[in-house]
Parts: sequence; C-alpha cells; structure tokens
Amino acid sequence: MVELWNDYLWPLIWIVIKILVIVVPVLIAVAYLTYAERKVIGAMHRRKGPNVVGPFGLLQPFADGAKLFLKETVIPSSANRAIFLVAPMLTFFLALIAWAVIPFGEGLVLADINVGVLYLFAISSLGVYGILMAGWASNSKYAFLGSLRSAAQMVSYEVSMGFVIITVLLCVGSLNLTDIVEAQRGMWFVIPLLPMAVVFFISTLAETNRHPFDLPEAEAELVAGYNVEYSAMTFALFFLGEYANMILMCGMTTILFLGGWLPPFDIAPFNWLPGPVWFIIKICALLFIYIWVRAAFPRYRYDQLMRLGWKVFLPISLIAVVVVSGFLVAFDMVPAAG
Amino acid sequence: MIETLVFYMFAIICVASGVLVVTARNPVNSVLFLILAFFNAGGLFVLAGAEFIAMLLIIVYVGAVAVLFMFVVMMLDVTVTELKQGFTKYLPIGLLVTVIFAVEVLGATVAWHMAPEAAANIQAATPAADAVSNTSALGKIIYTNYAYLFQAAGLVLLVAMIGAIVLTHRKRRDSKKQVIAKQLARKASEAVELKKVETGRGI
Repeated sequence: MVELWNDYLWPLIWIVIKILVIVVPVLIAVAYLTYAERKVIGAMHRRKGPNVVGPFGLLQPFADGAKLFLKETVIPSSANRAIFLVAPMLTFFLALIAWAVIPFGEGLVLADINVGVLYLFAISSLGVYGILMAGWASNSKYAFLGSLRSAAQMVSYEVSMGFVIITVLLCVGSLNLTDIVEAQRGMWFVIPLLPMAVVFFISTLAETNRHPFDLPEAEAELVAGYNVEYSAMTFALFFLGEYANMILMCGMTTILFLGGWLPPFDIAPFNWLPGPVWFIIKICALLFIYIWVRAAFPRYRYDQLMRLGWKVFLPISLIAVVVVSGFLVAFDMVPAAG
Repeated sequence: MIETLVFYMFAIICVASGVLVVTARNPVNSVLFLILAFFNAGGLFVLAGAEFIAMLLIIVYVGAVAVLFMFVVMMLDVTVTELKQGFTKYLPIGLLVTVIFAVEVLGATVAWHMAPEAAANIQAATPAADAVSNTSALGKIIYTNYAYLFQAAGLVLLVAMIGAIVLTHRKRRDSKKQVIAKQLARKASEAVELKKVETGRGI
C-alpha cells in the first residue's frame, strides 16, 4: 500500500498539482486578456469599453463565461456530431499542453525536454486540425471556407517561422528552451536578429489568426468563419483556445528573442524583480502590441496574405539562415552542440 | 512500470487507429485516424528515447503532409458504395501485395537477428543516450558521414517539387496580378486630375 502510494499515486498527484499551477493562471490570464483587449481597443477608439460588471468592469470576463456556460449547446442536425464536438476540445487541449515546456524562470518548468522548441512547433502546427475539423463537421459553407482559409494560412506561415527558429537555434546550439534563454544572458537575440524577430512576430499573428490576418473570421464575408455553427461551451472552448494560443505565441517570442525570464540588464534595480515577473511583463508587452495591431490595421486581402508569407517572409528567412550561419562560421562563433 | 503502461496505451491506440484507418466508412474519419496513428507513433518514439524523430514525425507528417491529405479528402465527394464496387475484383491483388510486404518486413526483422553482419550493425558505434542528445548525434552523422547522401535526398525532393509545380501550374490570361512596386511608383499627378465643372454641364 505504501509502495503504491509512494511510487504511483503521489507522483501522479504531484504532477496534477504542478499542471494545475500552470493551467489555472493561464486560464485566468485568458479571461483578463479578453478584458484587456476590449478596454485597450476601447481606449484607442475613444470609448470606455466594458465598465458595468464589477469595478471598472473587472468582472466582465466572468460574466461572459457564465453566460456562455449557461447557454444551450446547439448541434446542427446535419453536422458530423463526433467530429463537431471533438474539434473545440482539441483546440483547447492543444493550447494548454504546449505550456508544459515553457520555462517561467530558472528551473521553473514542468518538462525540461531536450527538444522543447520542436515540441512547441509541433503543437502549434497541430492547432490547424481543430479548425479544419470544425469547418468540415459543421456542414456549412461559411464554416468550411473559413477553415480552409485558416488551414492554408497556418501551413504557409509555419514554413517561415521554422526558418526563423533555425536562425535562433544556430546562435544557441541547443533545442532546449532553458538553454535558449540562458544563451541570451549577454544580449537578447532581438538585437542581433532584429529582422528575424519582426518576421517571427508577424508570422505569429498569422498563425494565431489575429488581425490583420484574421481572414478565417472575416465577418464581412464569412459571418464568423469556422466557428459559425458553434454555441455556448463549444464556442467558449474555441475562444479560450485561441486566446491561450495568443499568450503562448507571445511567450514563445519572448523566449526566442526577448530573453525569457532574464532582466534587460543584470544590475541592481532590474534584478530585484524575480524571473517569472519579467517573463510576464514581456508577454504582456507583446500582447499589447497584438491588440494595438488589431485596432490600427485594416485586414489583408487573401492573395496579399499568401504573397507576404511565400514571397516575402520565406526568402527573407531563408537568406537569414545562410547569412547567420555564414557569420557564425566566419567569425568562429559557432556554439558548441548541446 | 508507468513507462510500460504508457507504452501499451500508445501502442494499442496506434494499432487500433491503424485498423480504423482502413475500416472507417467516411474518408475524413480515415484521415483523422491516420493522424491519431502518427501521433501515437510519435509517442512511441519518445518512449524509445528518440525524441527528435518523434517531433519531426509530428511536425512533418501530422503538421504538414496530413493537412494536405485532409484538404484533398474533404474536397472529394467520395461515396462508400462507389468505393465498395470493385472490392472483390481488387481483393486478390491487394492480398498479394499485403502478403509480399508482410513477408519482407518479417524477413528483414529476422535477418537482423540471424546475419552476423547486420547484428554487428546494431552495436555499431552508437553513443550512450545520456552522453549526447540525439539531435546532435543525428546531426553529426548526417552532416559528416552521409553528407553526400543527404544532399542527394534533398535534390530528389527538389526535383519532385519542381515537377509537381510544372505539372500543375497553368498561366491564366485573365488573372490580374498586383505589382506593388508599380502601385508605389504612382504619383498623384499621374492618377488624379482636377477639373473645373460648370454647373449643369457635367464632363
């Protein structure tokens, strides 16, 4: 009995506790990201944004959540029921499991795996299935068109994202996320690799289907894209998954280019703040830019979107891989393989 | 012990979804089960300590190849009855291919244990799993010992890609392309003209 507890149950419970410690704050962050988005865009439009529920409208996300929770889940009669229901769960699930490898601070990581970057990349490339399945299973032309657009868009931008990640990995010599952050102790990669950071950031906008690349949801032509037929909790899961993905992508940009949990300068007032706080501050700054972009830019046309992905970002990132590796070899700065 | 349990979970789901790929009535379901099979195979690779290959399997096959599969299958209007029509006719050929393939796979596996040369290859200089991460181990082998073969493989893929583009690309005469440089080069003086219009006359 004791053996059973020590060897199986306790490790299992301990892992579950660790998972909850990550997942619960992420979900609360998602709730307040929607609030922040509405407030910030409101301010940019010179409106007030949500201000009725609770002080400053702070309870608005929970009111929205409760509303979605209490509504009826409608399943279209001609939909493929199983896939229709699995799709939002898959989106939500994928948005959460990616957090397993994110290092929040020195040693503060659930799974410190050797191929952390590839894991993140793999999980984000799976995200397209939730959308494709939703669009197909809805049996509705708007949903289907939205999901096809979204899938094509995500697959296109993943290519250049992959090359950008390679340029970072060339400078690090390891695929471990903790090593990537540690390699930025002297200088954040955003400084030597600034063009790549910009390409990566814009690609993450496209990858998360955010403005100005939110064609899958183009309200004007597709009603709401792949999630037209979804209601109540099934819709909420898509929504949560999408926003959790936004935070995740900002976290990924932070780890790759903005030095993760490291303070900007390792001197007195900056290193008083603990690592996780710096990490969160950087993520928030990036999220603010996401929202700002949404308020500031018009939507891309579909052919422009594809042109940007394949004819601009792909060549730039390919050339960057050659230039960065050439530079590292020429100046004998190739890092030792980890 | 937990590893064993996880192994059986991955293995059973992998095999079961493999069976369902073939037996599912709806082709979209087939593709989804194929993806599930890939995913669980990735899990098995992780358990075997080959985490790099596991991630590559998921990124390349699940993240890219299967998406295109899914695209095509979703667009097709396949009915099950049509698929079932030639079933008995093609069954013998299918069985033959299956048997040949099964025998060859079995033969290769057995040969691995029987032939001393092959058995020696199992123990060929492989570093301990904890001494070097398998990403850098693979990199060292591919880019040094097998650099030419690696380049050749890349060339084959390039040729396949160019072939596919040449075969499917067609120039449409009525399509309008956006030339951004041309748009940016336009000046107000070329595009806009100010006219004084008299009342009641028009232009």
